[in-house]
Amino acid sequence: MVAPRIILDAERFRLTLARLCYQLIENHDDFSQSVVVGLQPRGIFLSRKIIAELNKLTGQKITYGELDVTFFRDDFRRKALIPQNTQMDFVVEGKKVILVDDVLFTGRSIRASLDALQQFGRPEKVELLVLVDRRWSREIPVSPDYVGITVDAVFSEKVTLDWNTDQQGAIVHLLTKNQED
Amino acid sequence: MLSVKHLLGIKYLNREDIALILQTADTFLDVINRPIKKVPSLRDITIVNLFFENSTRTRLSFELAEKRLSADTLNFTASSSSVSKGETLIDTVNNILSMKVDMVVMRHPQAGAAHFLSEQVDSIIVNAGDGAHEHPTQALLDAFSIKRKLGSVEGKKVVIVGDILHSRVALSNIFCLQKLGAEVAVCGPPTLIPRHIESLGVRVETNLRKALEWCDVANMLRIQLERQDIKYFPSLREYSSLYGLNAAYLESLSKEIVIMHPGPINRGIEISSDVADGPHSIILDQVENGVAVRMAVLYLLAGRQPE
Repeated sequence: MVAPRIILDAERFRLTLARLCYQLIENHDDFSQSVVVGLQPRGIFLSRKIIAELNKLTGQKITYGELDVTFFRDDFRRKALIPQNTQMDFVVEGKKVILVDDVLFTGRSIRASLDALQQFGRPEKVELLVLVDRRWSREIPVSPDYVGITVDAVFSEKVTLDWNTDQQGAIVHLLTKNQED
Repeated sequence: MLSVKHLLGIKYLNREDIALILQTADTFLDVINRPIKKVPSLRDITIVNLFFENSTRTRLSFELAEKRLSADTLNFTASSSSVSKGETLIDTVNNILSMKVDMVVMRHPQAGAAHFLSEQVDSIIVNAGDGAHEHPTQALLDAFSIKRKLGSVEGKKVVIVGDILHSRVALSNIFCLQKLGAEVAVCGPPTLIPRHIESLGVRVETNLRKALEWCDVANMLRIQLERQDIKYFPSLREYSSLYGLNAAYLESLSKEIVIMHPGPINRGIEISSDVADGPHSIILDQVENGVAVRMAVLYLLAGRQPE
């Protein structure tokens, strides 16, 4: 029914993750004014890897939180939305926030996350890091600052991430539906 | 997703529904403790609070829950409305619904009023207490409070003390706690314990000390003098000496128990001030949890997809 194709294997994922971390370090110096925020539910797998790598590379403990945006989404009543936990024991007032998500598709959850973030103060700047940027599928003017890979996929296709704990990384699949489906 | 369209009583919920409500309430408790306590989830929903009976806590709690979810709210109290001119319940509600209201939160002195309304009008109904029948959100917040205090409800022993006969809180609590796997007992003067209540699977105890030695949690109910048309016990003083709880009594027990009360408290009758304000009491936590639980109920009911 579907023909999955690997577009990022575990080895490439490790390289990409390292590159994203070095890009962040270039822009954020010692991270004293920066915080990393992973978006629930799926962005946190990536953000936890990023924060572990950043802590290792910089030798510091960088402020880190996980944000659930369910209550701020605009597709409420179109599908069942079950909230996840928010873990943010700091305020973002005057801080540079790095939002982390796995796949950037329509941009709607990023819009919701900007609303949700306001509950924790007025950040000086908000940046967006995504592992996969699905180009040409945006419904809202959102663009990422840090991108793992860029994928050109049509709406009927699906991008999925397998977080394989054995291999310490992710494999990104592209699922394409056959014509007859 | 919830298996029901309305919240009419705990009787109609299954264990998964209750677990989902309590799990969602956890995240809302987190929201209402943030510097900005509001989320925009229900910004396009209008809710009317129909109160045909006096209420402070429940009405304010529902109103606050609605406002925290960004819903538009309308408040209606029977005493200052056309009900006193002879309008029927269905007419009143249909008039309000033609102003495009999405949800109705109703308290009514007649048992079954919410159920009746749900069959007659096209709207989501939340029962905020109907006579001596059910008070589902109170039971949910009581279960939520026990869960937060003791870690879980399953396997806990809860005794409900006092005026069981006139209490909607007791019936909803029995259903809710049993569905979550707790053991429930009721305790009070025999005249205030409904006949055949043991058929619901609850223990019946008329000795307060025995009941308290057995339980982990005691839920002390108010003596509802306004509902008592005849004398059920000789005097309040006698009731208080047999079924009232004070700090000395609590300390004479062989273990520590958690004290709850749905409010409003008659201080010095069912519970003394040193217990109500003491370390074992979670009465004010119950009030805080009430807002989170009601937010969860409104959110989950409003979020059901149209059939």
